[in-house]
Amino acid sequence: MNALPWTIYVSFAGAALLLALGRASPGAARGLALATALTGAAAGAAGALGFTAQPGLQTLVDTPWVAGIGIRYHLAADGISIVLVLLTGLAATAGVLFSWNVRERVAEFFALYFLLIGGVYGVFLSADAFLLFVFYEIAIVPKYFLIAGWGSTNREYAAMKLVLYSFAGSALVLAGLLWAHAAGGGRGFGFAELARAASALPAAQQVPLFGLLFVGFGVLAGLFPFHTWAPTGHVAAPTGVSMLLAGVVMKLGAYGCLRLALPLCPAGFAAWQPVLGGLALAGILYGGFVALVQEDFKFVIGYSSVSHMGFVLLGLAAATPQALAGAVLQMFSHGVIAGLLFAVVGRMVYDRVHTRRLDRLQALGLHRHLPFPALVFVLAALASMGMPGFSGFPAELSILIGTWRTAPLWALGAAAGIVVAAAFTLRVLQVAFFGPSEQATAAEAPPVPDPEPITWPERAGAALLLAATVYAGLKPDALLGWILPALQSPALQPILRGNTP
Amino acid sequence: MTIDHSELLHAFRPEACLVTGALLVLGLDLAAGRGRPPERRAQNAALLGLLALAAALAASFAAAPAGPLAAGTMLLDPLARITRAGVLGLALLALAATPGTLRLPHAAEYVALLLFATAGFTLMAGTTSLLLGFVALELASIALYLLAGFDKARPESAEAALKYFLFGAVAAAFLLFGFSLLYGLTGALDLPGISRGLAAQPASPLLLVAVVMVLVGFGFKAAAAPFHLWAPDVYQGAPAPAAALIASAAKLAGLAFFLRLLGSGLSGSGADGEPAPWTGAVAMLAVLSLLVGNIAALGQGNVRRLLAYSAVAHAGVLLLGVLVSARAGPGPAVYYAVTYGLATVGAFIVLAVLDGEGGAQTPADLAGLHGRSPLLAGALAACLLSLAGIPPLAGFLGKFLLFAEALKAGGPTSLTGGIALLAIALSAVALYYYLVVLKEALVRGPTPGAPAIRVPAGAALSLLATVALLLVLGLLPDLLLQRF
Repeated sequence: MNALPWTIYVSFAGAALLLALGRASPGAARGLALATALTGAAAGAAGALGFTAQPGLQTLVDTPWVAGIGIRYHLAADGISIVLVLLTGLAATAGVLFSWNVRERVAEFFALYFLLIGGVYGVFLSADAFLLFVFYEIAIVPKYFLIAGWGSTNREYAAMKLVLYSFAGSALVLAGLLWAHAAGGGRGFGFAELARAASALPAAQQVPLFGLLFVGFGVLAGLFPFHTWAPTGHVAAPTGVSMLLAGVVMKLGAYGCLRLALPLCPAGFAAWQPVLGGLALAGILYGGFVALVQEDFKFVIGYSSVSHMGFVLLGLAAATPQALAGAVLQMFSHGVIAGLLFAVVGRMVYDRVHTRRLDRLQALGLHRHLPFPALVFVLAALASMGMPGFSGFPAELSILIGTWRTAPLWALGAAAGIVVAAAFTLRVLQVAFFGPSEQATAAEAPPVPDPEPITWPERAGAALLLAATVYAGLKPDALLGWILPALQSPALQPILRGNTP
Repeated sequence: MTIDHSELLHAFRPEACLVTGALLVLGLDLAAGRGRPPERRAQNAALLGLLALAAALAASFAAAPAGPLAAGTMLLDPLARITRAGVLGLALLALAATPGTLRLPHAAEYVALLLFATAGFTLMAGTTSLLLGFVALELASIALYLLAGFDKARPESAEAALKYFLFGAVAAAFLLFGFSLLYGLTGALDLPGISRGLAAQPASPLLLVAVVMVLVGFGFKAAAAPFHLWAPDVYQGAPAPAAALIASAAKLAGLAFFLRLLGSGLSGSGADGEPAPWTGAVAMLAVLSLLVGNIAALGQGNVRRLLAYSAVAHAGVLLLGVLVSARAGPGPAVYYAVTYGLATVGAFIVLAVLDGEGGAQTPADLAGLHGRSPLLAGALAACLLSLAGIPPLAGFLGKFLLFAEALKAGGPTSLTGGIALLAIALSAVALYYYLVVLKEALVRGPTPGAPAIRVPAGAALSLLATVALLLVLGLLPDLLLQRF
């Protein structure tokens, strides 16, 4: 049980060690990074094994921190945190494996990487809103340096855009939290205290307060129309960082919405619910249609993230137990699948053929030259389309069923979104890997000059993520067994009750 | 009222250390320094100055809290004691960075002036008398004018000194005029006496004039908009270690004096919850400073001018702290000023070291700093991110506490709450201009052939201490806050 906080400490200690010792050689830095990621993941897994699911947060550490305004260093977990901590462990490990070919300033790259990871673990384990915010901010700034320093296409612009969007979002959250804190007479920032204070506000005040919190967190979750940082950021980022951005960082926003925005202002949520549903639906469809016409392989995946995160937001907006459970499951599922897709595009393909333009890739007929990436991408594409047997299926199905109970129209729209997702995924799969017909390729395809063989870290990382998505797809109950009791928590009851048919 | 001299001597030990140190530095340099190489003389002077500052710092920690001293002109309450320790620490950091970075003749004079200025700061921290406060302010200011113009080889330095002096002198005139009106209204020079005198009479236009005069004077000194025009030129032209002192310790000491003056001298009747007479004017200065500072900083092509405009923006937050302190006590505002001072001192020390390497004017001059000196790049990142308010660095908590208190006072629709929301909204703007600088230092590669930078030992220690303090205060703020 008490292993969970160590996920945070190990990551920060790893970052410090990397800066202190990792400069010796790139190999040492990589080894240290992998060790840090594995230790963090192991701490998360050990914590999960010793965890008995029950409603409400279970305290891990709780001491006064800034006494004057009632801030506590309070770490706690419930089933939702556990699932996301496990996801972070997976994504961090896979991200290190797919960053094996980073060659410049390796130690600094991984130090920033683990600063980000430590912040992510911290957000998922905080039970004090101030603490959560601190970890949230710690996770934001390293992104800038990771993308601007090690990225590609238009990296400085994309990095600045991403960080300013995130930071502006967090400024909204800060304003909201301080408002809720002030409404409670300034006693503290514990989730329960804030909820008591904010839910006692009149509805006229809860509406703007909810807007601050939900939109603020929603920016990071790719909430339409504030999603535009996501595609450019994902495309510019180095592969390992794209995997983290789509894999876990976007989840921070959704987690903040679920953990803070919804329980704090039930009346505000009720007023916003139609708007949120509409925005989530817009994100699903708009992201999908835009992905359908992209000419850059990585942009397709970037927009697909916006579309898939739309399902998470739709689940939150629907706010039935099934929809919320599906949303959390989708966070896990998308974290794994998006990581896989970015790994194939950014590392396995781009680093070998040095183009991401679909028309050029089409001419290459990559499935013959790069069979392993093609296989991985086919499987990841199936998972991404929500085929049974992969994690996307139970997640999206659960969201659809849960949403139907709130608003059948949303469910219909989202179902159309699944068709769009299948369309853009199949298109990119066909164009990027299976090229034109055989006769045409034989005639005009420029040969791929002996692509370097797939390395062991790539195989290991891909196997890890594939195993995770298949496991969660075949046995979703393993995760739902943690998630469902957490949804019985008293904090969520006010919004859930309002929606039972 | 009789004066207990032993008590007085005890309370003023830090100042005694500083003044003795300053005289010793001058005397020894005069007597024994002649004929020695200038580097040696500079080193000795700095060492002696550091000893004096360290002794003063130790004495300030040892000093017990004390009530009104010296016929009611001094008070050693928590505000005074913490501010005193704070300005001494900031001066120590700024002085420790000078050997090896500031290559000037007459180093002894430089050190002595710095010590005199610091003595002025420590007196400002604890005074409850208009007269002593004004004398302390001028002691500090005149020393700072000289420090700003110390680099006689560069015309910019002279320009900085002249501008600083002219603006400062006008500000002093305003302040003195305001003080004389207060004296005329109440017949008292000590703050409790003024407060009593004002409570006994109805609000008069004369009082309003006095308050406006005082605010204008302080606005100039604190570089609050619209009285900030001197700051960019002074920050740019003054030798970097002197600018560090002007931007940090001077702000902290001024804040303490200002808080005391407004809080216990001009607090208004207070009985019926009526706001003090200065509330509206201070709020206006705060809003203007926030807007002007943050927006003008966007357009700066010079790192020091950028820091100057960021200082204007921070002055806006400090003024919010002044507004909040009526309710929440001086703790959050002083914490903010201390953390701001630390981060600014650190940033200027980095610039001071770079001055020895050909200088750093535009952000592009910082390109590739991470390769040339990881220490400088890391320290610059820590300081600027603290200024931007990124946790776990102390600047974040400083802002957070102030905003929390501001919103607590009356929700988001109250005056202070509104200013806090404005400041939160502008924080994203601020992050942008800090990141533009950090992008060059941490992301861009060095220009080919740029040599590695050797950081002098004093500056390196000073930077490490600054970063450590930013982290410790950020993670364990109660070390400071619980002393109020």
